[in-house]
Amino acid sequence: MTVDSGVVTLAGRLDTMAASDLWPKLMAQAAGGPVVLDVAGVTALDTTGATLLLTAEAAGSGNSIRGAPPKVTDVLERVRTALAAPRPKPEKGLPLLARIGKATWNAGRNALGSVGFLGELTLIALGTLLRPWRLRLGEVLRHLDEAGTRAFPLTLLLGFLLGVILAFQSAIPLRRFGAEIFVPNLVGISLLRELGPLMAGVILAGRTGSAYAAELGTMSVNEEVAALRIMGVDPMGLLVLPRVMAGVLVMPVLSLLLTLAGLAGMALIMGLFGFPLTTVMQQLSQWLHLGDMLGGLFKACFFGLAIAAIGCRAGLGAGRGPRAVGDAATSAVVGGIVSIILLDGLFAVLYERLGW
Amino acid sequence: MTAQAGDAEAVIHCEGITAGFGSNILFRDVTFEVRRGEVFVILGGSGCGKSTLLKLMIGLVPPLAGTVTILGTDVWATEGQARLDLLTRIGVMWQQGALFGSQTLLENVEMPLAEHTSLGSAARAEVARAKLGLVGLSEAANRLPSEVSGGMLKRAGVARALALDPPILFLDEPSAGLDPITSAGLDDMIRDLSRTLGTTFVVVTHELASILAIGDRCIMLDKEAKGMIAEGDPRKLRDESTQPTVRAFFRREAA
Repeated sequence: MTVDSGVVTLAGRLDTMAASDLWPKLMAQAAGGPVVLDVAGVTALDTTGATLLLTAEAAGSGNSIRGAPPKVTDVLERVRTALAAPRPKPEKGLPLLARIGKATWNAGRNALGSVGFLGELTLIALGTLLRPWRLRLGEVLRHLDEAGTRAFPLTLLLGFLLGVILAFQSAIPLRRFGAEIFVPNLVGISLLRELGPLMAGVILAGRTGSAYAAELGTMSVNEEVAALRIMGVDPMGLLVLPRVMAGVLVMPVLSLLLTLAGLAGMALIMGLFGFPLTTVMQQLSQWLHLGDMLGGLFKACFFGLAIAAIGCRAGLGAGRGPRAVGDAATSAVVGGIVSIILLDGLFAVLYERLGW
Repeated sequence: MTAQAGDAEAVIHCEGITAGFGSNILFRDVTFEVRRGEVFVILGGSGCGKSTLLKLMIGLVPPLAGTVTILGTDVWATEGQARLDLLTRIGVMWQQGALFGSQTLLENVEMPLAEHTSLGSAARAEVARAKLGLVGLSEAANRLPSEVSGGMLKRAGVARALALDPPILFLDEPSAGLDPITSAGLDDMIRDLSRTLGTTFVVVTHELASILAIGDRCIMLDKEAKGMIAEGDPRKLRDESTQPTVRAFFRREAA
């Protein structure tokens, strides 16, 4: 590029790479004052080069392009028509109040949809009670395996470590009062009543809730769910009910396993502190009641219901495209974990009122 | 159709290509060349390996035997910078568009520019706008791929393939899943780009109308023969070929 009293002479190949190097320099010249772009020496021009020339020409009044050889003119004119096409209309953002209103409306509709989903699920479940042969038992077993047996190793490991950590952390301060003997009570009660169901719920939400959302989300994106509806097969019965049943049935088991593994971990730590297993067992049987365990397992069923239903709802409600599937999986995990914590609070109030 | 197609230099050489998966051979010993500036069509019935041949030419699926040379570079023997240089000189339009769902059409086109050039963001947007204008999508620039029709997705796919102005464009089934009018519009666009920009096109298709409308030369693959059964001007093949499968294909008869 050479500049001489208002004439910018360009020569050689003006392709994408050359044009990107030239862009800032040429635009500075073009914005400075009326310039003539002499392209007689340009041997090859691609569309990026042409965009550069046309943008430079439009950058200042009185700018012009001259001397284009025929092949260069072809590309230049083709890109000129391409750039002259109307630009997209900028999308008008809503004012703040309207945006708040829209968000509220959407949230309300979403909540209503969830209630509707729950109602539909209840109807299907009741219908299946009346006609049990319509239940897809194979599907239920498959999901029990995927959500349950395959989660056992992780659940056992997590529970054991949790027990070890809880016992160790609580033994140190209790030791100052000579009260390590109460560590089994503390760990036992917290695992049976709270941590067992909650941690099992977190495992289920992370492993299974997200998988449900991703699987059903991909199915809706691929129009498989629509195909089922059109074939007269209710996706609630075929896809959702077996998953939710698996969630409800598998949660007490996971919760119990996690608790037992936790107690084993606690017993190990107590052994290291010098308490024999019989002492720990005696302490546990004296202070823990069957009600503590049953209360925890009962809660766990509802956690499983919430996690599985939220996962399925997120999947079936997914939008279009790969991002929608990711969003569905995220909202399944977040929704699942938030819901079990809310439910846990409700159960705490309920059990307290019932005097359990 | 294009004046220079007859005697121009070859830009792609495929030499003795055999492809398949495991013991399942799709085709054997396919040799052909693509000349600068022409619209070259790879045609054949479903399952004959057209799309595999395309993936093999752009370096995605390895051939069992044979070599592919694009612009003097052996596709399957280059690595590192030489391979990257080659990749910036070819563009591919995928069958479903393969646009990134989380980005607008404009951002999709800007992506290769951001990766391989030193253009600033304003310049990049302007260049991307020009490419979308070339395929007639200016007004949809700010829409997401999920918000546009199938034909628009393919056009946007071409615009993205054009981002770095590659001398060679590969199109995988441009007319698949489109109505005849939209498909003809896409054919017009291919001819227009080929004429004004001098881009070489390699098009995989089985759409008869499209083959006759855009193809300067073609090769035909066949599942039964496991290889190439015809090569030349598609209009001549239609009128003069004596090969039964080729005649059946062009006359839409069951072979």
